[in-house]
Amino acid sequence: MTDSALGTRHIPTQGSEPELVQLLTPEGQRVEHPTYSLQISDDELRGLYRDLVLVRRVDAEATALQRQGELGIWASLLGQEAAQVGSGRAMAEDDYAFPTYREHGVAWCRGIDPLNLLGLFRGVNHGGWDPDEKNFHLYTIVIGAQTLHATGYAMGMQKDGAESAVIAYFGDGATSQGDVNEAFIYASVFNAPVVFFCQNNQWAISEPIEKQTRIPLYQRAMGFGFPGVRVDGNDVLAVLAVTRAALQKAREGSGPTLIEAYTYRMGAHTTSDDPTRYRLTHELESWKLKDPIERVKAYLVRTGKADQAYFDALEREADGLAAHVRRGCLEMPDPDPLSIFDHVYAERHPLLEEEREQFAAYLETFDAVDAHDAGDR
Amino acid sequence: MTGTLSSARTVSFRDALREALHEEMEADESVILLGEDVGRYGGAYAVSRGLLERFGERRVIDTPMSEALIVGAALGAAMVGARPVAEIMYMDFVTLAMDNLVNQAAKVHYMFGGQFNAPLVVRVQQGTGRGAGSQHSQSLEGWFAHVPGLKVVAPSTPADAKGLLKAAIRDNDPVLFIEHKGLYPRKGAAAEVDHVVPLGVADVKRTGTDVTIVTWSNHVHIALEAAERLSADGVSVEVVDMRCLAPLDMTTVLDSAGSTRRVLVLHEACRTGGLGAEIAATVGEQLFGELAAPVRRLTAPDVVLPAHTELERTLIPDVEDVVLAVRDLLSS
Repeated sequence: MTDSALGTRHIPTQGSEPELVQLLTPEGQRVEHPTYSLQISDDELRGLYRDLVLVRRVDAEATALQRQGELGIWASLLGQEAAQVGSGRAMAEDDYAFPTYREHGVAWCRGIDPLNLLGLFRGVNHGGWDPDEKNFHLYTIVIGAQTLHATGYAMGMQKDGAESAVIAYFGDGATSQGDVNEAFIYASVFNAPVVFFCQNNQWAISEPIEKQTRIPLYQRAMGFGFPGVRVDGNDVLAVLAVTRAALQKAREGSGPTLIEAYTYRMGAHTTSDDPTRYRLTHELESWKLKDPIERVKAYLVRTGKADQAYFDALEREADGLAAHVRRGCLEMPDPDPLSIFDHVYAERHPLLEEEREQFAAYLETFDAVDAHDAGDR
Repeated sequence: MTGTLSSARTVSFRDALREALHEEMEADESVILLGEDVGRYGGAYAVSRGLLERFGERRVIDTPMSEALIVGAALGAAMVGARPVAEIMYMDFVTLAMDNLVNQAAKVHYMFGGQFNAPLVVRVQQGTGRGAGSQHSQSLEGWFAHVPGLKVVAPSTPADAKGLLKAAIRDNDPVLFIEHKGLYPRKGAAAEVDHVVPLGVADVKRTGTDVTIVTWSNHVHIALEAAERLSADGVSVEVVDMRCLAPLDMTTVLDSAGSTRRVLVLHEACRTGGLGAEIAATVGEQLFGELAAPVRRLTAPDVVLPAHTELERTLIPDVEDVVLAVRDLLSS
């Protein structure tokens, strides 16, 4: 698509936007922030870098598997690794996360095998992790609904007197949904211990952020009666510091915070989408300069906190993880057709029992045909 | 039916819909489009591609991501003279606009004493075939046919899609216009500019004498294929395409059922409380003593749809299932 066909839309740049909380510049310079300081060991720093690299590798492998027909669809997190890893690593063990369908990086931080995510997108299972064990809810598909669930969960924690918090993930498009605004109101009125974590990746399929808001999203929080903060979503250190502070505030009984992680969807909305139809190459190129992984690598190299042996070893680890994901995906068993009747209702249901029997008899007719065909050969 | 079909030209279901939008927008300034990704992107299923460029941002509106807003704003505009065509990306997401469609649009004319009309069209796509999962595949037409004040349309061919969409846009009541996601690439005879198919008139897509299959949307094609297979065995099947699900043209159904005396109602939606029940009940009420066999329904079971494509396919009645059901009906 040509520039003129797209009109003269405003290209978001950090320069013309309100200040972001940033602790590591795109060039890999460590900077201080008056409110959000971060003490981090070299080990932790290398750990974050490892998370970023491995999460991107899993995402690339999943995208390739979808292209090869092994997944029905995939929602890539490319470009949003720092927002997800920074916030995921900010969570305490007892905190609980409500994801969208794109939070593969947060899932990684909660110790979920990426294969669980692929199973969902392959249609062979429903994720398969135990949310109670991982404190990571199952993916919510319909935009914004999980912010309400998160608020309800947080209110339950509050009533239980738990010293933990909930983090609700959503995107810039979701902020136009009634559900999300209603969640803000409820959380505010009840002072619920929930952090609303919005990854503003600039695009809701083909619609730019200007179609959702006329003010920076974090400023919306003020109208609902709780603080909002905009963080450089491509700066894993800043996201970590800001999210830690917001979760701690929630745990201490000081209510919700809206974090706007200012980032960019480097890939398509999902593998069904073709972003070249509606956005400009130079926008993508300008965001590549703010890559969430490159800046950490630059910092590690410049300061000597990681050497070549470290990077080589990590690459081998990423190769191994990609092989695990690929092999595991291809080996996943198809679901038993009769399992479709198992979880429609929690309790035995006479109509479903009847239909299950009919369906089982129907499936047996295929077995009979198969046997007949085999006999013919 | 007015207008003509062009036997020389074929067109896809998707392009036929776009022709209808384009022509109605050319003919009537009050016709506007709104929805997520309808403008620059040309619609999630490319139906409105090119219309932003042709008609501009005043009439082709990319909205914020809120289904309640899309239908509610369309209703607001409709009440004061616009003829909005709103697009909701998936039928499943109409749930987010339910108040505006069911409590507001459907009731405006009555509750405001006939002083306002609500001439809006809500275009949705629905159905299985792509393994799109539990919240992107449902067939919910039965819900809306149950709401007095709403009209519901579900065409099967490009010509019907065009003629019915034009009629829906010109209609003074709110119309839910359902496009099956599997139909978009399907080609068929093109319809000319003045082709308008009135709402509430079923179409006999194939005449026959032994069994009547009543169906709509994508399953019309499955029924026609089954009818073709059965004809090789000397079984003559009549296929009634309802096209419009509210109002239901029961006259055409009863005429056909009265002559064949055997009726199979076929739909993709799950069985319980589906429109098949309404049709079967009416046939039973009107023709009980004249039928040679009880009316039979063939539908998906009452389950939540899976993302696994093979499993999804197994759940939805296919050609073989229809052939078996017709044979069964003939032997009873």
